[in-house]
Amino acid sequence: MKETKKEIIMNTALTLFAKKGFYSTTIADIAKEMGMSVGNMYNYFASKESLAKELLMYTSKRFGDEIRKINEQNITSKEKIEKIIDLYFSMATTEPELVDYFMRVYLSNKEIFNNGCEGMLCVSAFVTEIMIFFEEGVRKKELKNQDFFVAFGLFMGYIGGIVFLNNDGVLPKPLEEYTKDVSENIYNALKA
Amino acid sequence: MHSKPKVIWIDAVGCNGCSHSFLNLSYLSSLLEKIDLLYHPILDSDEFKIQESDILIIEGALKEDFIKFGKKLEEVIEQLFIHSKKVIALGSCASFGGMFGEGLIFNKENYGKYYTCKNKIINLPGCPIHPEWLGYVLDMLINNRNIILDEENRPKEIYSYVSHSGCVRNEYFDWKVDAEDFGTKEGCLFYNQGCQAPFTHSSCNKILWNEVSSKPRAGIPCFGCTERNFPKVNLFKTDTMMGIPSKIPLGVTKRAYLTLAGVAKSLKNERLEQRLFEYEEINNKNRG
Repeated sequence: MKETKKEIIMNTALTLFAKKGFYSTTIADIAKEMGMSVGNMYNYFASKESLAKELLMYTSKRFGDEIRKINEQNITSKEKIEKIIDLYFSMATTEPELVDYFMRVYLSNKEIFNNGCEGMLCVSAFVTEIMIFFEEGVRKKELKNQDFFVAFGLFMGYIGGIVFLNNDGVLPKPLEEYTKDVSENIYNALKA
Repeated sequence: MHSKPKVIWIDAVGCNGCSHSFLNLSYLSSLLEKIDLLYHPILDSDEFKIQESDILIIEGALKEDFIKFGKKLEEVIEQLFIHSKKVIALGSCASFGGMFGEGLIFNKENYGKYYTCKNKIINLPGCPIHPEWLGYVLDMLINNRNIILDEENRPKEIYSYVSHSGCVRNEYFDWKVDAEDFGTKEGCLFYNQGCQAPFTHSSCNKILWNEVSSKPRAGIPCFGCTERNFPKVNLFKTDTMMGIPSKIPLGVTKRAYLTLAGVAKSLKNERLEQRLFEYEEINNKNRG
């Protein structure tokens, strides 16, 4: 029961962070939006910083769980790339606050996460699935055997960049129309 | 009183490394007193002849048309095999084919010629075998004790462990700190230097070699010599796929292992990130 309430608070926080920005949003703002007292909010999250870390684990797990479903399908690496990108672009469209949090709060404000979310600690659910996807692609001789971070940066940097452009209203076409071309480029860069 | 078990030790196609290794057994003389050694390629024994034995030890691999004692090796082994009660396939060559040819029960990928007789055979892979492994098996057989075997006919007492168990570098493995240079005392050899200990069945770090050391303790990666696919190429380099070790420790899923490894690496153990002596110096300076 408490977990569900926690999730509602997290989703509310995500919406507010996306709308007002992380630093301008207070615990009181979130409580007000939820119709809760500030005191009660602290029963769920001890501070905005701890909420931020839990949100990171929550978003990472949401991505990770979905990529895991793709990893477990008996399809080629090329098809998996397209499915992962389709997933990422769909989430960026239907739950923009989730992707927004990952990119604008987590990646841009590392100082919040230095104590307790260093390295892979809070994002391992997501990064582990990407590792498994890469490793299996190489094992099946579909992807080129190369340094993990070189491949990871190419993959995530590229699709993150496209979503950034989309969020800034720069892209002339809807995001999902880029899935095929972006997938093709990533596959060409990673293939064996 | 029972008579001593009759033992024949035949060297097939190999390097005699297991014989030489066995000579290092600390209680060799007392063990030899408990058996009647009918033939051994190095130790004092009578001239070779086909005869009955309680324990037949086959060192080295089988190979077609290889001549031994003026006969085809295959025929010599077959005759000895038929006339023995128990057979020890000694070393990686006899167990799995190893460097030179065919194993008795198994080859690298298929079954060997003696697969259907596997109940009579105990596999003792290793290149060479640890003297105490053979000492243990002989002692058990001499005393008519049951030896529990794994699915590759290796004694569980020895091979249910992995070479990793008891390694002095385990702290570095736990915190994912690599040995970056060859020959350093610090660092784990699993990530870069080819160590196969986390998935190699053996007790090399539990029962030490010459009672003092093991390969990883001395800075050499485990070569995985007790496993069926031995030897692989590039023994000093870890096979990676997109930077991730292609083989992971036994008993966990890849997902679980990668999660744990990522967490350990992120948390960082500062003491292990530098040479141990240097860490002490910094601490002393700080205290001073």
